[in-house]
Order: sequence, then structure tokens, then C-alpha cells
Amino acid sequence: MISMNKVSKHYGSFQVLTDCTTQVHKGEVIVVCGPSGSGKSTLIKCVNGLEPFQSGEIIVNGVSVGDPKTNLSKLRSTVGMVFQNFELFPHMSIIDNLCIAQIKVLGRSQEQAREKGHKLLDRVGLRAQAEKYPGQLSGGQQQRVAIARALAMDPICMLFDEPTSALDPEMVNEVLDVMTELAQEGMTMMCVTHEMGFARRVASRVIFMDQGRIVEDDSKEAFFEHARSERAQQFLAKILHH
Amino acid sequence: MAYNWNWGVFLQPTATGDESTYFGWMLYGFKMTIALSLSAWLIALAVGAVVGVLRTVPNKWLSGIATAYVEVFRNIPLLVQLFLWYFVIPELLPENLGNAFKQTNPILQQFLASMVCLALFTSARVAEQVRSGINSLPPGQKNAGLAMGFTLPQTYRHVMLPMAVRLIVPPLTSEFLNIFKNSAVCSTIGLLELAAQGRQLVDYTAQPYESFIAVTVAYLLINVVVMFGMRWVEGYVRVPGYIGGK
Repeated sequence: MISMNKVSKHYGSFQVLTDCTTQVHKGEVIVVCGPSGSGKSTLIKCVNGLEPFQSGEIIVNGVSVGDPKTNLSKLRSTVGMVFQNFELFPHMSIIDNLCIAQIKVLGRSQEQAREKGHKLLDRVGLRAQAEKYPGQLSGGQQQRVAIARALAMDPICMLFDEPTSALDPEMVNEVLDVMTELAQEGMTMMCVTHEMGFARRVASRVIFMDQGRIVEDDSKEAFFEHARSERAQQFLAKILHH
Repeated sequence: MAYNWNWGVFLQPTATGDESTYFGWMLYGFKMTIALSLSAWLIALAVGAVVGVLRTVPNKWLSGIATAYVEVFRNIPLLVQLFLWYFVIPELLPENLGNAFKQTNPILQQFLASMVCLALFTSARVAEQVRSGINSLPPGQKNAGLAMGFTLPQTYRHVMLPMAVRLIVPPLTSEFLNIFKNSAVCSTIGLLELAAQGRQLVDYTAQPYESFIAVTVAYLLINVVVMFGMRWVEGYVRVPGYIGGK
């Protein structure tokens, strides 16, 4: 589904990603973790072309992301993305947030889009909020709406960029629950997150990054029980003791 | 103070025998100021919006051209720009076009030069507001739009501009007020707008206090109306739950 081969990226002389290679198969849930500044978010943003990269290759569903001839908008419409800061469109009601791209990008009718939107709001438990505006919802609610908005496009896979990092602790679980459910239904997912509990529950594989390199890429059992690199062991020791 | 107040002066017929009262002159200037400022404002908004958007696009050529535009119109004094438009540009036009301009009604010539001058001067300032509005949006908004499959123009149209416009209503109000005040500069090329009529009244009636008090009140009146109008716009586009929202 997603295949990366020796992806490298630099800003000027600063190397952000170095030779990142990995595969994500259909139905897999990949958790990407690592210290801040290790390039996790950059890596995930390369997958749908939000961040350009200088060398290497990323193929999503048979389409090369880095190829200048690729219609990136079309590719992105098939890849759902959820951001750290939700990024709902504040001037639109919740239901319009879910409908706008369905209508303008996929060409669905207003009725089709609204029906789909309401169904998905139901699924994330927010049907009653459909006519409200993003600023009137809590962070956890906004992030659930953001997930529903991405799902409304019927994506073939979902990218999550630290979806719970900006949330109050008590709202983290409501978002993780939605993500867990999604994973159990077989959605292909790539999640940058520090939620190791989530990783233990649903991840197929864990990728650990440090200084722009993929240091570990292993099953979750292998990663949590006996991480090979010292850097990953230190990282785990730090975050698991809390 | 030995000054003879005479508010009745406005009702007197003018000394030129043009069958108008001095009030009629003031009214003419008032209408001219409004017509000039409003037409220039509409052009400034349209041009400023386009230039402001172009300043933020990734294409270096487009943003470079837009930057040059803003710097040119922002950095030459308004008065000099007006003289350029009125005295110099008609000479630089292709000959038949320049001649056509010089043969039109002189009032129309003054009006057109003034309108273009005020419009482009203000458009550079509007462009800066539009740019700062777009740049003050959270950077993730653009990514969110693109990630949904919107093209860059669609992202501007549906995601970035609707919020940017709301953010810049207050500074745009200032620009709107400014254009009325700046229009007084156009009296220097002979356009009989409000300020020019005020001066003319002094020359003909020797009642400077009444004349300039009337001009002051007229400008205040215009700007109070603009302020309330823009305040209404601000309330109308307010986003529920957002900063300053209901």
C-alpha cells in the first residue's frame, strides 16, 4: 500500500531524513515513535506530498509521490490525514467541514455528502454537534470530527500526525478509542504517536526514528520486549516509567 | 475676537452667478468625495486582494511581481503619485490614447486620474493586509486543505481566504476611512471635492470658520457611517466559538 525506498530530505544543510525505507501493507497499523526532532512528522507528511523530499521514492497505491507528473491533489484525496492541532475549518459548521471536500473534490451531491457526514458523526458519537462550529467543541471532540472528516473521503489509508499531543489528558482516550476501532476494522494506518498503550494494543509494527533515520522497524512484541538499539531502549525506559 | 459669524452664508446664492447656493457647492464637493472614494475603494479591494494573495503563493515569479507592485505604490508619496497620473502618464501613453484622454471633459480627466491614483495607492495597502491575514492563519490550515485533496487555488478559496478576510476586517476599516481622507489630496489637481469646495468658499465668502467647520462635519459624517457599516460587517461574518465570536 505504502512503500518508501531510501527517502532523504534536507533543509539547506540540515539533514531531516536519511535513507528511510519501509513498507506498509494493506490493513497494517504502523506506529511511528521517537524523540522530538527525529523526523517522524516529516516522514508522515512526505507520504501524501505535504513535504517534498530530495531523493528516494515513495509509492502510495501504485502512484509515485515524488514524480512531478503525479496529480498530488488526486492522490491526497485518497489518503486521509489527521493533524496534531485538528485543523478543522473554523468558519464552517461541523457538518460542512465533513461535506466540503466530498462535494468540491469528489463531486458528490449535497444530499449524498450530508448523509455520509451524518453517518460518520454518528460513528464518532457527535451527531448532535453537526450544526455547531469547531470553536464550540472541546479538543477531543474536534479531533474526532477531524477523523470523521478524513473518513468521509473514503480513504484507502489514514495518516495520523500526533493526534493526541495537543489534547488535555482526559480527552486522549476518546480519540484513541475511535482510532482503535478504526484499526480493528482493518483500516491501513500510519500513526505518529507517543501513546505506547495504543501501540501495544493495535500496532502491527513499530517504527522507531532517531535523527532522521529509521532505527527500528519491527513487530510490536519485538520492539517492546527487546529493542535492539540503545537509543530505542533509552527512549522506552524514559516513557514507559511514567 | 472680532469675527462675524454668519451661518446663513450657505443659503446665499454664489457670487459666480451659477444659480447655486454655497450649500450647493458643498453638496457637490461632498458627492464628489464620495463618488471618488467609493469607486477607488472598489478597485483597491479587487486589485489588493489579488496582489495580496499572489504575495503568499509558492511561485517565486508571481510573489516577486506582487512584492514589487506593493513596494512601488507604497513608497511613493500619494501627492507625487497623483501628479504622475495626472501630468506625466498621459504624456507617456500611446499618442492617440493620450490625446483622447486630454480631449475629454477636464473634470472627467481629474476624476479618472484621481481615482486610479487613490485606487492603486490603497490597493498596495490592502494587499499588505490581505497578505498579513493569510500569514496569520495557523500554517496547518493550508496543509489540512491540501490533504483533503483540494488544489492550491481551492485551498485558498475554501479554507484560507474565508478566515483571512474575517481577520482583516478591522484593519480594512482603517484603510476604508483613509481613502476618504486621502481623497482631499486630489484638490491639488483642481478636482472640486469636499476640501477644495471648502477653500473655494473661503475665497468667495471670507467666512473660513463656517466653511471649514462644515467640511470637518462632512468628513466626520462620512467616516462615522463607514465605521458603523464596517462594524456591522464585522459582526455579520463573525465565526461562532472563534476569537471574538458569539
